[in-house]
Amino acid sequence: MSDTQSLRAWLLTETPTSRRHAKLSALYHGWLSFRSNTMAMIGLLILVALVLIAVLAPWLSPHDPFEQNLGQRLLPLGSEGHVFGTDSLGRDILSRLIYGSRITLYIVALVALIAPVVGLLVGTVSGYVGGWVDTVLMRITDIFLAFPRLVLALAFVAALGAGIENAVIAISLTAWPPYARIARAETLTIRSSDYIAAIKLQGASALRIITKHIWPLCISSLIVRVTLDMAGIILAAAGLGFLGLGAQPPSPEWGAMISEGRRFILDHWWVATMPGLAIFTVSLAFNLLGDGLRDVLDPKAGD
Amino acid sequence: MNMLEIKDLNVWFGHSHNRVNAVKGATFSVAEGESFGLVGESGSGKSTILRAITGLAGQWSGEISVNGMQLGKKREKSFYKTVQMVFQDPYASLHPRHSVDQVLGETLSLHGFRDLDARVVKLLDDVGLGQKFRFRYPHQLSGGQRQRVAIARALAPEPKLLLLDEPTSALDVSVQAEILNLLVDLRKDRGLTYVMVSHDLSVVGHMCDRLAVMKSGEIVEILNVAELRQLKAQHPYSQELLQASL
Repeated sequence: MSDTQSLRAWLLTETPTSRRHAKLSALYHGWLSFRSNTMAMIGLLILVALVLIAVLAPWLSPHDPFEQNLGQRLLPLGSEGHVFGTDSLGRDILSRLIYGSRITLYIVALVALIAPVVGLLVGTVSGYVGGWVDTVLMRITDIFLAFPRLVLALAFVAALGAGIENAVIAISLTAWPPYARIARAETLTIRSSDYIAAIKLQGASALRIITKHIWPLCISSLIVRVTLDMAGIILAAAGLGFLGLGAQPPSPEWGAMISEGRRFILDHWWVATMPGLAIFTVSLAFNLLGDGLRDVLDPKAGD
Repeated sequence: MNMLEIKDLNVWFGHSHNRVNAVKGATFSVAEGESFGLVGESGSGKSTILRAITGLAGQWSGEISVNGMQLGKKREKSFYKTVQMVFQDPYASLHPRHSVDQVLGETLSLHGFRDLDARVVKLLDDVGLGQKFRFRYPHQLSGGQRQRVAIARALAPEPKLLLLDEPTSALDVSVQAEILNLLVDLRKDRGLTYVMVSHDLSVVGHMCDRLAVMKSGEIVEILNVAELRQLKAQHPYSQELLQASL
């Protein structure tokens, strides 16, 4: 007990004694303000649960997600051995949802790795360097922004071939321009500030100023924007799956499952509804988390 | 030898019909170890002169030489080791996400120092902030404490010429005196040369040996402090300024 007490005091001190101490203390303060936001905590818990489900899928799922049993097709909710029923080929919907969480996380992780990084690079370089570099990069961004997102993704998938990886690449390629715009706008306000002038006066290179001084201030608003966009990204992936251009049939991707269930939606509503609810829950969780992160990370909100 | 020599300096922003001439034909020199003031109302171009010296402001023509070295369009690394600047607003001049330790440590390493820990501690002591401020972030500091950090950063490369852009105008009165005294002491201890911009004649009278009065981009008169105290200004605008500050 006294140990946790003193650890808390150590973390909350006003006068940190080392770099590591100061970092941990800042993290702990952030965590405390995040924890006080109930809705954000709910979002975080749902996402932690999603990760655990994806990791433990082989142990959690009652059936093989690919095992067909035509004698038991389209069983309703709460059937013996099939809590969420079965689909048109007699596959257990719960097991497919559990395995589908892996695909959802895979999509989310890949898009989150590609789109914001490209956007951040393009936006900060464009905003900081200015001149013709800015003009060229921003016109390219405009071209990407001018296409309807799903149509552009469709074109990419059509060119690259259907499949989950290509769907991810297509979504990322269409998702980066808004991040570039945000990063550029932030950079424009930051680059004329006195603290950037001050570091210029120390002879810092443009590379150092962009990576060490501008990125840390852009990243927090990008993280917030990414978590808020995650819902849209999951839906876009589901949309591509629904159109038959994302994950291919035996794969238990949630969008593809809805697409399969569409044929039976009037008589056997649960086949399409269960994956729909899963998409809804995860999208909502990302939105709640994004809202909470905004409160913690936004430097303008101030302490 | 003069630490800073400026001859016929023009600074402007924008092109052709949008061109704004911020400084017109400014000429003055500052001897080594001297403290020189630039006074004038807002928009008279005094801060712009400092920014032109450091290479932060628009286009300029004329001659600037620092420590006997003529400056070109681009500043070299050795320039930043000789000249440093303290900005007006301590709330804007520190990176909001960098701790005091990061600010000073990065500055020191950019100037090629290796014994960072010892130097950071020494700098904090020199500006009257203790060790306990070392790992704080700007939002945990008061305005005066922030300005001390900014001064410590400017002192880190051990410059000879310090440009002070209204270093106290954003602070409240009691803190202003502390910062001014700190600057006076630092100059005495380190033999620094100051060029200080201010619109407050009493601050300039306290800090400086000589001063230039500026009006709409031009230097109208250069006085020494004795003349300032006896209100012996020649130019009608400087007389007006002196009368207004009585």
